[in-house]
Amino acid sequence: MDAIYIKPFIASISNVFSTMMQLPVTVKEPYVKPAEGPSSDVSGIIGMSGDVRGSVVLSFSNTTAENIVALFCGQKYGAGTPDFADAIGELVNMVSGGAKALFKDRKVSISCPSVVLGVNHILAKQSDVPTVVIPCATDCGIVNIEVSIKDARTPATPADAPATAQA
Amino acid sequence: MRILLVDDSKTMRNIQKAVLSQLGHTDVLEACDGQDALSKAPAFKPELMLVDWNMPNMDGLTFVKTWRQNNKQTPIIMVTTEAEKSRVIEAIKAGVNNYVVKPFTPDLLSQRIQETLQRAGVAAAAAQAASAPAAA
Repeated sequence: MDAIYIKPFIASISNVFSTMMQLPVTVKEPYVKPAEGPSSDVSGIIGMSGDVRGSVVLSFSNTTAENIVALFCGQKYGAGTPDFADAIGELVNMVSGGAKALFKDRKVSISCPSVVLGVNHILAKQSDVPTVVIPCATDCGIVNIEVSIKDARTPATPADAPATAQA
Repeated sequence: MRILLVDDSKTMRNIQKAVLSQLGHTDVLEACDGQDALSKAPAFKPELMLVDWNMPNMDGLTFVKTWRQNNKQTPIIMVTTEAEKSRVIEAIKAGVNNYVVKPFTPDLLSQRIQETLQRAGVAAAAAQAASAPAAA
């Protein structure tokens, strides 16, 4: 996956966490998630469509998610409560929205967020798109951004190409 | 002042309500999407609306366009993750008076609310002066 799809997420999560929670983020080396990759306890999911298609997931352990939600909301909510899921959904919404604004010359729409809860759950993704995991260390614990998107612009056809003079 | 808060996220509504409360605004009604807002707004008669863009059932842009068909004056601030310039222009064309991109600091939201209300007050005073009969 091209770095132009990774850097916006790094910039966006740093902006969202510092602005909303005064929580600094240290980004570790991104890696491609293996097919039998790491699972998580809490996943906030957003779909992308338009010139870029796929999904973005913020994944956390229960403890990390509860710590971050407490900072974000100003009060502690247990994992599994509606307010907890709402807060996770809004975080992935802000991170994805901020990142898509940084995609140059691409018109992208994002879906409303979904949140999946369950110890060590695994999310099935599109098999033709690799998932890049961006580990983000915070004082609340590790948050992984899982980016599984691809360019969906229609390639220019020969008919669209400018005419060239023939010898 | 009556304020209608339209956002599908309760977390965001709570954050915005806290900022409004700090500004002294406590007469706040919440709606969870555009449809909900359309059903509540006529009776509530909001004097300011804070509206999210991406929501289920009816998005914020559709709500603003629908509301503006019969209500030209209510100040509306769009509070959204949609940060592209083209989106801001689209919202302004639909009738939004001001725009706040998420994430925001409480100070930024306060500032935008105050400037929007100030502009609306100035505009209302100008409209009143224009419609008043000329002094003899």
